[in-house]
Amino acid sequence: MIAEAGLAALWLAAALAFLQLSLVYFGLTDKGDLLAAVRPVAVVQGLLTALSFLLLVTLFLRSDMSVALVATNSHSAKPWLYKFAGTWGNHEGSMLLWVMVMGIAGAAVALFERALRRDTHMATLGAQALISLGFYAFLLFSSNPFARINPAPADGQGLNPLLQDPGLAFHPPTLYLGYVGLSVAFSFAVGALMTRNVDATFARAMRPWVLAAWILLTLGITAGSYWAYYELGWGGWWFWDPVENASLMPWLAATALLHSVTVLATRDALRAWTIMLAVVAFSMSMVGTFLVRSGILTSVHAFAVDPERGTFILGLLALYIGGALALFGLRIGTVREGAQFELVSRETMLVVNNLLLSVILGLVLIGTLYPLMTEAFGHKVSVGPPYFDRIAGPIALALVIAMAAGPLTRWRKDQARAVARRLLLPAVVLLLALSLVSVLAWGRIGVLPFLGLVISAGVAVGSLAPLWKRNLRRTPLFTFGMVVAHLGCAVSLAGMAADSAFTVEKLVAARPGDTIQTAGWTLRFDDIRPIAGDNWTALQGDMTVSRGGGAAVDIHPQARFFTTPPTNTTEAALLTRWDGQLYVVLGQETEDGRWQVRIWWKPFVTLIWLGGIMIAFGGALSLIGRERRGWLQKLRRREAVA
Amino acid sequence: MKAKHQRLILALVALAALIGAGLLAASALRDEAAYFYTPHDALTKHVEPGKAIRLGGMVVKGSLKRAADGVTIQFNVTDNKATVPATFSGIAPDLFKEGSGVVAEGAFDARGSFVATNLLAKHDERYMPRELDGMKYDEKSHELTAKPVPAAKP
Repeated sequence: MIAEAGLAALWLAAALAFLQLSLVYFGLTDKGDLLAAVRPVAVVQGLLTALSFLLLVTLFLRSDMSVALVATNSHSAKPWLYKFAGTWGNHEGSMLLWVMVMGIAGAAVALFERALRRDTHMATLGAQALISLGFYAFLLFSSNPFARINPAPADGQGLNPLLQDPGLAFHPPTLYLGYVGLSVAFSFAVGALMTRNVDATFARAMRPWVLAAWILLTLGITAGSYWAYYELGWGGWWFWDPVENASLMPWLAATALLHSVTVLATRDALRAWTIMLAVVAFSMSMVGTFLVRSGILTSVHAFAVDPERGTFILGLLALYIGGALALFGLRIGTVREGAQFELVSRETMLVVNNLLLSVILGLVLIGTLYPLMTEAFGHKVSVGPPYFDRIAGPIALALVIAMAAGPLTRWRKDQARAVARRLLLPAVVLLLALSLVSVLAWGRIGVLPFLGLVISAGVAVGSLAPLWKRNLRRTPLFTFGMVVAHLGCAVSLAGMAADSAFTVEKLVAARPGDTIQTAGWTLRFDDIRPIAGDNWTALQGDMTVSRGGGAAVDIHPQARFFTTPPTNTTEAALLTRWDGQLYVVLGQETEDGRWQVRIWWKPFVTLIWLGGIMIAFGGALSLIGRERRGWLQKLRRREAVA
Repeated sequence: MKAKHQRLILALVALAALIGAGLLAASALRDEAAYFYTPHDALTKHVEPGKAIRLGGMVVKGSLKRAADGVTIQFNVTDNKATVPATFSGIAPDLFKEGSGVVAEGAFDARGSFVATNLLAKHDERYMPRELDGMKYDEKSHELTAKPVPAAKP
């Protein structure tokens, strides 16, 4: 019954989405009061999608093997956390999660959005309903999560063990929330184009959605990177895997959009460009979904290998992006020009930021799609890290320099000499770092890590400079948000550079009782023994590590074996210290009874993810700061009226 | 500055960025795209020693040997038309075994032996390196049988 109820809720929600679209369509052209019904319909639609998703979660928690999706992706012996997370660790479930987040976001837009003009608000809800309809159709006609299986198997096939990890249980929903946030921003852009209402008020209404989506994308990418680092046992934190690129591309577009929407909200400039970026950002999240879910790319993260679904998503992609671009082409001429600005100004710096981000986005997109294009002509090509490192590295360094300089320029009009004066301190720090790193590491590290270390020092100071000589207690929260986020970029950059410059690797075959020395660490291999977990068995190495004369610490790298489905995974042992991480992997046994042990000492590698968290935290500070200012203004207005 | 001039400058800068990015992508793709070779391709097209490539095929049964240091392995990669020797130092993926498919990243040395820096095998029984599409995967034995790869179009 639960599965049938879930499916019924989904159908009802789809019908309401259709009703919502029709109400908006006829309500905007007709003079009747059809629009009054749009908000309640959107709210009920959101609630129904949530109900449907909760019912699917219930099916997974109960291990109801008569439901095909549960049988193929879960197992009754699995820990409950992974039964729960298994709900979205598969194609159908994750699409239902997507639809639910979209439904709830639509309800939130219907309930809480007050700043927008009414017709734009309604057109936005109409666009949101249209996007949702495509996904409802996708679920109901090609990926029904509630389909039954007869006869029901006694036990399921289990979840891919690589996904049985707390990091990966919560990383996809975070990314999805981000993708869906971008779909709301897209709906705002479409709504504003429909009603010819692109201005600062519209941008202020759109900004929190962009900001929230961007925060979640940032967290999702950071978590995904750390997951790949510790779970895959390769010791790397970014592989330029197409699926990683699929999450990076929307982030790049959202970062550009975030900055341009701020220009539009505060200075009423860059109107057309902001609308265009909203379209691009959502397109990138659709392209990402297409790449991951179509089976066109094979990757660790890609589940569905089914041409029909790929075609469906490609159709949706063409419909939404084509439709939005057509609307953009038709209407953009009627969007009046925004405010002007001088060449030396904050606006120009943000345009530079947008251009650089767009260039990186374009290059990553080309690199990701190029193998698919050449394959259509019969050549098999793989574009790997050498391409991406070479193109993204230099531009990213230019981007962070612009990032440090941007906040030190004034809006609308500034003097080049005044900007240069404000950049003096960061420049001095940059030079000091240059000489320091040159003396310490010249010739021993590559050019990009070298520049990365130097630039991160300059950028860190440049990021803090906007707070210089300010009354910190009167500085608005969103300014702190910007400072923290920019500082996070410097911290991340420093971590990436330090990791690629100073990592020490040692690979040996050792017997229990052996001692290994590397990078100042002493590792004693004490024992190896079998152990068992909930649904796996493992060989565990018992080792003790120490550094200098410090206390010895026990570490336990494992080689795990899962039976359903039969898979081996590597559980690396990670030891975090303030100046880096020791990363130990247990390999295979050799014929003569030795074990392969791989040890990395990675100085300051944790800064990479610390920076990512700082970036997201800065975004959260901005979001809270802006929203709180809005509430306070509203309160004051209300008091003034009273 | 007049609005028109300003927009012109911005448009020119954007255009320059676009062209620059295109050129950069084209040159990087020409140099850096790690081309995928099967052993037959690699032998007939004479890949220069030291050029980073991906080599894909099947690990020949009976060819896998371990060096005395315990961390270096030697094996032969075949596509049923040609076979090349390869070495790898490191922890091989769990699903790397004789008779299974592999994609090795690395370069040929001067003696024509492939030195792999990274081995991509299947991550689980469902995952298959995309480049090995032309080869057939047997669901029951979880083994890859090399189907003759269609000759690359000239």
